Amino acid sequence: MPRLSAERRHRVRFTLNGSAVEAEAEPRMLLTDFLRHELGMTGTHVGCEHGVCGACTIEINGVPARACLTLAVQADGATIRTVEALAPEPGRLSILQEAFRRHHALQCGFCTAGILMSLDNYLRQRPNPTEENLRVFLGGHLCRCTGYVPILAAAMDAAKRLREVPANA
Amino acid sequence: MSTPAMWCGQSVERVEDAALLTGRGRFIDDLGVKPGTLHAAILRSPHAHARVKAIRADPARQAPGVAAVLTGEDVTKLCASLVVGVKAPIECWPIATDRVRYVGEPVAVVVAASRYVAEDAVDLIEVDYEALPAVVDPLAALDTAQPVLHEGLRGNLASERSFCYGDPEGTFAHAAHRVSVTIRYPRNSCTPMETYGVVAEYDVGEDAYDVLANFMGPFSLHAVMARALKVPGGRFRLRTPPDSGGSFGVKQGVFPYIVLMGVASRATGRPVKWVEDRLEHLAASVSATNRVTVLDAAVDADGRVRALAWDQVEDVGAHIRAPEPATLYRMHGNLTGAYDIRHVSVRNRVVLTNKAPTGLNRGFGGPQVYYALERLMQRIAIELGLDPVEVIRRNLIPSGAFPYKTATGATLDSGDYAKAFENALADGGFAALREKQKEARAQGRVYGIGLTAAVEPSVSNMGYITTVLTPEERRKAGPKNGAQATATVALDPLGGVSVHVASVPQGQGHRTVLAQIVADALGLKPADIRVITEMDTARDAWSIASGNYSSRFAAATGGAAHLAAGKIKAKLARIAGAQLNVAANEVEFADGKARARGNPDNAVAFSRLAAASHWSPGLVPVENQALRETVFWTPPELTPPSANDEINSSLCHAFIFDFCGVEIDRTTCAVRIDKYVTMHDCGRILHPGMVAGQITGGFAHALGAALYEEYAYGPDGSFLTGTFADYLVPTAMEVPNPVILHLETPSPFTPLGTKGVGEGNCMSTPVCIANAVADALGVAEINLPLSPAKIAAHLHGAERTPRKPQAKPVAGKGRTLHGSGQAQAAAPPQAVWAMLLDPKTLAAIIPGCHGVERLSDTHFRAEVTLGVGPVTGRYKADIVLSDLTAPKAVTLTGVVTGALGNGGGTGRITLAATDDGGTTLAYEYDAEVGGKVAAIGGRLLDGAARIVIRQFFAALARHTGGKKPGYLARLFGRGA
Ligand code: FES
Ligand code: FES
Repeated sequence: MPRLSAERRHRVRFTLNGSAVEAEAEPRMLLTDFLRHELGMTGTHVGCEHGVCGACTIEINGVPARACLTLAVQADGATIRTVEALAPEPGRLSILQEAFRRHHALQCGFCTAGILMSLDNYLRQRPNPTEENLRVFLGGHLCRCTGYVPILAAAMDAAKRLREVPANA
Repeated sequence: MSTPAMWCGQSVERVEDAALLTGRGRFIDDLGVKPGTLHAAILRSPHAHARVKAIRADPARQAPGVAAVLTGEDVTKLCASLVVGVKAPIECWPIATDRVRYVGEPVAVVVAASRYVAEDAVDLIEVDYEALPAVVDPLAALDTAQPVLHEGLRGNLASERSFCYGDPEGTFAHAAHRVSVTIRYPRNSCTPMETYGVVAEYDVGEDAYDVLANFMGPFSLHAVMARALKVPGGRFRLRTPPDSGGSFGVKQGVFPYIVLMGVASRATGRPVKWVEDRLEHLAASVSATNRVTVLDAAVDADGRVRALAWDQVEDVGAHIRAPEPATLYRMHGNLTGAYDIRHVSVRNRVVLTNKAPTGLNRGFGGPQVYYALERLMQRIAIELGLDPVEVIRRNLIPSGAFPYKTATGATLDSGDYAKAFENALADGGFAALREKQKEARAQGRVYGIGLTAAVEPSVSNMGYITTVLTPEERRKAGPKNGAQATATVALDPLGGVSVHVASVPQGQGHRTVLAQIVADALGLKPADIRVITEMDTARDAWSIASGNYSSRFAAATGGAAHLAAGKIKAKLARIAGAQLNVAANEVEFADGKARARGNPDNAVAFSRLAAASHWSPGLVPVENQALRETVFWTPPELTPPSANDEINSSLCHAFIFDFCGVEIDRTTCAVRIDKYVTMHDCGRILHPGMVAGQITGGFAHALGAALYEEYAYGPDGSFLTGTFADYLVPTAMEVPNPVILHLETPSPFTPLGTKGVGEGNCMSTPVCIANAVADALGVAEINLPLSPAKIAAHLHGAERTPRKPQAKPVAGKGRTLHGSGQAQAAAPPQAVWAMLLDPKTLAAIIPGCHGVERLSDTHFRAEVTLGVGPVTGRYKADIVLSDLTAPKAVTLTGVVTGALGNGGGTGRITLAATDDGGTTLAYEYDAEVGGKVAAIGGRLLDGAARIVIRQFFAALARHTGGKKPGYLARLFGRGA
C-alpha cells in the first residue's frame, strides 16, 4: 500500500456490486462513511462503529467484513458486495430475503443488511448448516428487535430452499 | 353491513420488508440534507460531578471548517430550560451550564462543515473542571449530608408522596404473617440499533423551527420542546423519517438534542445535522430507572395476600427530564399486579444522582414493580411452606370479576386469569418440568424453577403522571387525562385509499396492520391501501398522546383507523345506495366492490365510488362527501386521578403467566435457560406473526436485563459500560426459543378488542428468571443482572481477599493510590533541579508527553498519552509546584483529565547530593484515580502508576547521565 498523506484526499477505486466506482477520501475516512455518504449506498448501516454489532457487515473480496473497522483507502482495488447486490433484479427478492420476509425475521430492519450479508456468504460456504451452526455464526450480530428466533428460522428455511434450487442462489 | 374480517388475524407479509431487505430503507441518516447543512459533534463531560470553571474554545472556533462552538452560556441565551414534571425549584437544560452532573453530559457543541472536522474541533476545546464528590447510590442520595446536585433543592430528594388505599395499617396489624422483600433494580436500556439523529433548521424570517428527527413521541414533548425553543407550537415543525431503527422507548430521549440542534441552527443560520454515535448513546441517551424497593405483604395463613406496603426510591439520574418521574407512576394503578388485594399503602420518593437522566424504556416501570411483587410471591410461598403455584392460584383475580377495579384505581378491562394460568401449566408442561427438576437435583445439578404472573398495561392515560402532584396541586393545574389517538383515511381521485396516522413506528410493522384493518373495513385487499406513518406536526392530525409508546398502537391507533374507515364507509354506502337503488344499510363492501346485499350483480366498483366526491360532487349530497375522514379517539375510561389519588393509569390490561426452568453450571456459574413458557392474553390478535415477534423480541430484551445488561457506574460516578464490549447485549447464542401460548379475551374498551403486547415480557421475564435462579440456589435475596460473579458468591462462597492489599474505591470518589521510591541520578542536585523545572526537559522525559506548556514559573500544563492495561487514552495534566527549596525539595500537585478518566495527586520529591557527585532522588505520592480507568483492577492501576513513574526517572537519568543511558536507566529503575 502506498504511503498516504493525512492532509490530502486520495482517489479510491473499487468494484462495488459489479460496477467500478471511484471517489475521494481522506485516509482516515471509514469505509462505512465512504459507502454511505460519498457513494450514496445507504443500505449498509452503522450500529456501533466499534466492530461489535455487525450492522455494517459487507463482503470484501469474498469475505464478510466489518465496514466500520475498515478505512475507505484500504478498499482500493477490492471487490465489494453490499446488501444492494442481493436481490436478483428490481422487484424480486433473493431466496434468503424471501425467507426473511416470510418468517418476519426483521422488524426495524436496521441490523438486517449486515445479517443478510453474513448469511449469504455463509450459506454458500456451508449449504448444510445445523441450527446450532447458525446460532454460533449469528452470534456475531446484534439484533434488538426480533429476539433472533425468526432469524434462525428464516436462515434454516433459506438453507433448505437454496439446496433445492441451487441455480437461483 | 359488516363483512367478516378477512385480513385481520392473518400473518400477511409486511409491506415494510421489501425495501428494508434490499437496502432501500429510509432511515434518518439515509436521507440527503440541504446543501450547506452543517454537522455537529458534542464535547461531553468526563466527570460525574464537577464545576465548569472555564471553557477555552477559541482554538476550536478558529479551526478551518468550524462555524461555531456553543457552550452552556451560548445555548441558555437562545432557549429556555426544559419544563420539569415535579413541583421543585430545578432547571433542566439540554447542555451543562455551570456544572456537569453526569458522565456524558453535553458541555459544548461544535458545528462544522463535516462530522470529521467537528470531532477534530471537539478535541481542541479545553475545559477546566473542579471535580466535586459524586452521589451515586439512590439511598445515599436521601442523606442530606451528601453533595447536592441542584442547589434549588436542599437535598437530592425531588419528590415524595404517600398514598393509602383501603385499610393497609389495620390489615397488617391483624395479619397472620408479614413477608418482606428488599430489591435493588439495576439500570439498563434496550439500546436500539439505530442511534439518535436530528436535522434542525431555523427560519429567522418566520422565527420558526423545522426539525427532522427519529423521535417516537409522546408528542406531549412537542410542547416541552416548543417552550424550550421559545416559539408557539405552530412554529416548531417536527417531522419523522419514514424508517426508524428501533426505539423501545429510548428514542423519546432524543428530544433535548432536538432543542440543542435547533439552537445550533439558529446560532449559525444554517441547517445542522447531528447523528449520535454508539458511545454517546450508551453514556448519555436514556436508560430505565434504577430503583430500591421495600415491599411488605400482610398474608393469611393459607397464603392469601391481604395488603401490600410499597416503599419505592426511584433514581432518575442527574435531571428530572420529562416525562419523568413517569416511570414511577406508570404502574400506579397496577401495584397489585394480577392479584385481588384490596389494601395498599405506597411511599414514593424520587431522587437525583450523578448518573445519566432516565426516560422511556420498554416495560417502563413494569420490570421494577414486578421484580418486587413476584419475588415477594415466591418468598411468601417459601416462608409459609406453600407451593409457589398455589400461592399465585389463590391470589389471582377471580374469573368473572372483570372489569375489575384495583385498589389503586385501575380498571382491568377483561381477562380470565385463572383459565390462562391453568392452560399454561397444562399446555406448557409444568408437571414434567417439576419432574425434570427432581431428576436434575437427584444428580446433584443446580436446577431451579421460577414463576411470574403479571398484568401488562397498555395505552397510557396522559393523566397518570399527575398522580405525582397532590390533589391540591392538581386542582390548581387543572385535570389531565385521556389518550387521544388519531387516524385519517383519505380517498384519492382514482379511488385509491390512503391512511395517515401519528403512530410513528420504529419497526413494528404498523403500515401492514393498518392496511389489514382498513382493507377489512372497506372490503379491499391490503395491497389496495397505502399507509403513511411518517409524521409531520405541521400537516398531520396529532395530539399529545400521539407516538409509539405504552404499547398503544394496536389498541388505540389501530382502533382509530378502524373508526375512520367506518366513517368513510358509511358515507360511501349512502352514495352507493343511491346508485344501486337500495337503502344504505343494504350495501355491503367486498371484493373491491360495493354491492346490494343478496344481489351481488347489483354492484359498483369501489374505486369508482370512492372517486365520485372528487369528480362529481354534484351527484353526492353535501353531508355525504367522502374524501377524507379523520378520527380522534380517546377512551372515556381514562379519567384524571380522583381526589383520593385513584388512577386508571392505562386503558388495557393484558395478562401474562410465565414459568421457566434454569440450570446453573457449577463451574462457570453461567445460567442456562432450559425451558421458558410464556402465556399471553393480549385480547384480539390482528397479526400473529407480529405478536410473536413482539414477544420474542421483548423476551430477548428481558433476558439481557436478567443476565447480562447493566448501565454500571463506579462509586465516583464514572460510567463503566460505555461500549458494546462492556454493555453486553444477548446474541443468538444466548436467547432460547420461548414457548408462546395464547388466550384471547377481547378488550371491551377498544374498537377492535385489541390490547398491547410489546412490553409484557420485559415486565415478567426478568423476575421469572430470577425466581428460578433463587430457587436453584436457595437464596432469599437476589438482584439483577445475574452475572456469574454474583452467582459464584452463592455457589462457592465469598472470594478470598488477596494477600497484597489493593487500592480501594471510596464512595463518591475514585481509587486511591499511594507509593514511594528512590532513584539515583549521575548529575549533581543543582543540574537535576534545573531539569525538573525546564519545560523542554520535562517534555522529553515525561512518558507519552506531547508537549509541556509553562504557564508560570511554577505552573505547567502537559498533554500525555498513557496506557493502563488495555485502556490507552490522551490526558491533560495541570501541574503546580509548591514548597520549593532549591535545589533540595519540591511538592508537585497535579490534576489529570481525559475522556477515559481523571486523577489528581500530590508528590514530594527530595534531592540529596551523593558522594560521587550525583543525586539521590526520593519521592512519595498520594493519588486518586477516577473515571473509566479506575474500573480497571487496582493491581493494574498500581502497576501502571509505578511503570510511568519509573519511566519518568529513567528518562531523567538518560538526560543527566548522557553517556551510559542503559546503565543509568537500570539504576534509576530500582525505585518506584
Ligand atoms: S457498525 Fe460495524 S460492527 Fe457495529
Ligand atoms: S430488526 Fe431491528 S435490530 Fe434487528
